[in-house]
Amino acid sequence: MALRRFDIEAGGHSFAFKPETEEKIAFWRGKYPADKQRSAVIPLLWLAQKDNGGWLSEPAMRVVADMLEMPYIRVYEVATFYTMFRLQPVGKFHIQLCGTTPCQLRGAESLKEVCTREIGKAMYVTDDQRLSWEEVECLGACTNAPMAQINDDYFEDLTAESLGQIISRLRNGADVTPGPQVDRVNSAPEGGTSVLSDPKLFDGSRNSLSALPNLPKPPGPATPEATGQPAADAPTNTKREEPSSKDIKS
Amino acid sequence: MTDKFKVNIDGQELEVPKAYTLMQACEEAGAEIPRFCYHERLSVAGNCRMCLVEWEGAPKPIASCAQIVGDLRPNRDGSPPVIRTKGAYVEKARNGVMEFLLINHPLDCPICDQGGECDLQDQAVAYGRATSRYDENKRAVEDKYMGPLVKTIMTRCIQCTRCVRFVAEVAGVEEIGMISRGETAEITTYLEKSLTSELSGNVIDLCPVGALTSKPYAFNARPWELRETSSVDVMDAMGAAIRLDAKGDAVMRILPETNEEINEEWLSDKSRFVWDGLARQRLDRPYVRKDGKLLPVTWPEALEATKEALSAGPDQIGVVAGDLIEVEQAKAALDFFRGLGVKNTDCRPAGAQYGADGVRERYILNPTLMGVEETGALLLVGTNPRVEAAVWNARIRKAWLWGDLKVAVIGEAVDLTYPYEHFGTSPDALNSEAAAAFLKGARKPMIVVGEAAACRPDGAAILAAAQKLAQYSGAIAEGWAGFGMLHTAAGRVGALDAGFVPADGGKATGDILGGSLKTVVLLGADEVDLSALGAAKVVYVGSHGDAGASRADIVLPSAAYSEMSATYVNTEGRVQMSTRAVQPKGEAREGWAIFRALSALFGTPLPYDTADELRGVLRGRAGENTVFSGRGYAPGAKGVSALMSGPAAPAGGPGREPFKRAVSDFYLTNPIARASRTMAECSALATSLDTAVAAE
Repeated sequence: MALRRFDIEAGGHSFAFKPETEEKIAFWRGKYPADKQRSAVIPLLWLAQKDNGGWLSEPAMRVVADMLEMPYIRVYEVATFYTMFRLQPVGKFHIQLCGTTPCQLRGAESLKEVCTREIGKAMYVTDDQRLSWEEVECLGACTNAPMAQINDDYFEDLTAESLGQIISRLRNGADVTPGPQVDRVNSAPEGGTSVLSDPKLFDGSRNSLSALPNLPKPPGPATPEATGQPAADAPTNTKREEPSSKDIKS
Repeated sequence: MTDKFKVNIDGQELEVPKAYTLMQACEEAGAEIPRFCYHERLSVAGNCRMCLVEWEGAPKPIASCAQIVGDLRPNRDGSPPVIRTKGAYVEKARNGVMEFLLINHPLDCPICDQGGECDLQDQAVAYGRATSRYDENKRAVEDKYMGPLVKTIMTRCIQCTRCVRFVAEVAGVEEIGMISRGETAEITTYLEKSLTSELSGNVIDLCPVGALTSKPYAFNARPWELRETSSVDVMDAMGAAIRLDAKGDAVMRILPETNEEINEEWLSDKSRFVWDGLARQRLDRPYVRKDGKLLPVTWPEALEATKEALSAGPDQIGVVAGDLIEVEQAKAALDFFRGLGVKNTDCRPAGAQYGADGVRERYILNPTLMGVEETGALLLVGTNPRVEAAVWNARIRKAWLWGDLKVAVIGEAVDLTYPYEHFGTSPDALNSEAAAAFLKGARKPMIVVGEAAACRPDGAAILAAAQKLAQYSGAIAEGWAGFGMLHTAAGRVGALDAGFVPADGGKATGDILGGSLKTVVLLGADEVDLSALGAAKVVYVGSHGDAGASRADIVLPSAAYSEMSATYVNTEGRVQMSTRAVQPKGEAREGWAIFRALSALFGTPLPYDTADELRGVLRGRAGENTVFSGRGYAPGAKGVSALMSGPAAPAGGPGREPFKRAVSDFYLTNPIARASRTMAECSALATSLDTAVAAE
């Protein structure tokens, strides 16, 4: 993870929330009591980032700090801690490419090559201000690896070709369809389902009486366990293997 | 439920309060616990993991600084929990922590200013491995700008966050923070702006490694080369305990010492960084003005010239003592001039309306500095403790933050780092119902009047009204004297105690400097207005060439506070002794000795030949109890009976004229600070910041 610093130059001198955001701000602030308004700092930073074209500028951060009456340094700490707050300008479409192990095993490296070839270095914004990309940690869609998040949408089951197509469509202003880019519904199996396909499962022909395995047993004669006597000593964590001195220093 | 809890530490069973941390319990048992992030006066962070101990039965080692004793469980058989602070298990744990800390710590001890007094260095020797197993590249961190006082080498930082917690909790300005996270975490001010706290130097002491060091002291000396002298600070009237570290004949740095009753273990930036002023602009030999120019002369010539200047007749001589005067000089000068029949002597600022009636309780801070932790309501009248007594302000903030102190202010509404009720800017608010209601019924109420408030034309009325309010609200009762004055000058209370006020029929400072006298003697008095002196001949006795010296006709060089063992009385009336750290500069002499020499020249030698004999006179004969008999304690509520009956309130009462600020520039309040380059830099920076804020 590289050093994260504000792009002071690109941030300009001022920032103002869009009028339509006021309602959302009031919603988030309303969640916290009057003397705990600082708790709204992350949602507000997030809204500021959205209103600022996908990245958080220094004036935007100050606006949030003033709004919540927090010292700038405290908000700065939060903004630099979470990588979801981008401190440098991004393109209109910002691609967050997952590079964590499952995606990497499924070919994220080749997707990175595509991004580098089509857009440039990570966090570089194309001249038309439309595209930028960065590598991020796991976005939690490993079933559909490799994947990328473009603005608010997940694009899954990517290949070098499909990502290249998406990028060129975005560049030219054409629509793209989020979700899996292969023949698949969400995370269902590729090419349709392969289990529970027997029609008999659904036409009721398999229905019959059966005993459920975990129903309570009918009352019977008392067993030793039922009288409350432990069969053996209770487990304990106080007996512990001591490290021996030979483990410590060579 | 008992609030005690039994623990077994290293085989020793002891009972400690449940609120103790395990670290405190271990220390009570005599064990030494290494630590970096933990500090007694800051909140617990628990992030350095150096204080690990073993709790038998626990799956992991315990960070003892963050473990409350009351949260421990007894063993299954009911015996107290077994804690071990030694042994192979603990040793291995600390060993591992130390190895992780050193992974990214540079091996630059030979060029590090912290070397020799570094916690990490010491603890690495005691708890670390002999060699490193780490082959990768070490992390490097950009240095940060934190202002003219604090130098940063951030690669050395171990992220203990002591500095972050100090500025947020004690100094009260949230300016330092930890940004980013994990391996890229960095300590910085917001966008590398300069620290604006007047206590910022303390982060240098707090930093357990060499990440934050003193910028003016950088590469000047090594700790083992320095002579350490415990002394008393004179930059404000608190009389903080300091340590002067000297090499050869120069003071190389000033550090705080712990005095729970005065400065805890903090020190203001002015007191800490003023030391370069001790070597600059010094009056190191006598001068006499000939043909409009000050020319260097020998001591006998200078004293002879002084004798001639003092032949004007006692009514034509006035003596003004300055802010930094020590008791010995005040006493010797007073004895000498009274011997000449001079009545015009004063140690107070022009227009002062206090101190002349000889009742000590009316001009000292009776509730004591520490008393602010007992009180429930504090009313500040015409004073801004943040600049007049910066370290005390931190204590007020502490009492507000961790206790239930409420503060109210009559005077300029400034940022005191804690919230307060504001009853108005003019002194007539003393008679308001709001002020009375604020104090009435509070626990041990406390009223503090700034010295500047007592130097206004209506100063006597302000003092009388404040004392009346104190009497009314129960601030003055048996065992609690909740009324006092906060001074700004280290020498003032001592000189007042020595009786350095106009004798009957004598003139006060304003009149002495009014141009009606033929000869004016200034004892380091640079803070007074010298513009109206007219044709008066001026004899200046002092250590630094400042306003007084440039106006002087005769300059007699005296020692600075680091160069003599002398008595100072702080604003609480606490008598303290400073200690000589270095020899006086050049031909400078201790102040009292100059007047002893002059008295011999006049044929009536003062009855003491050494400073010790002089102090014997001050202390009084055996059995006699004078102000100077005891040392190191504040009288506090002992003199409360003197406050029970107030002075007669002058007609008119407190006026409507708003209070003005007593200290316009925190960094430049005395000649030593004005001679200091560091202070000039701080002052310029603070002024530019002020202007920027005003422009917005």
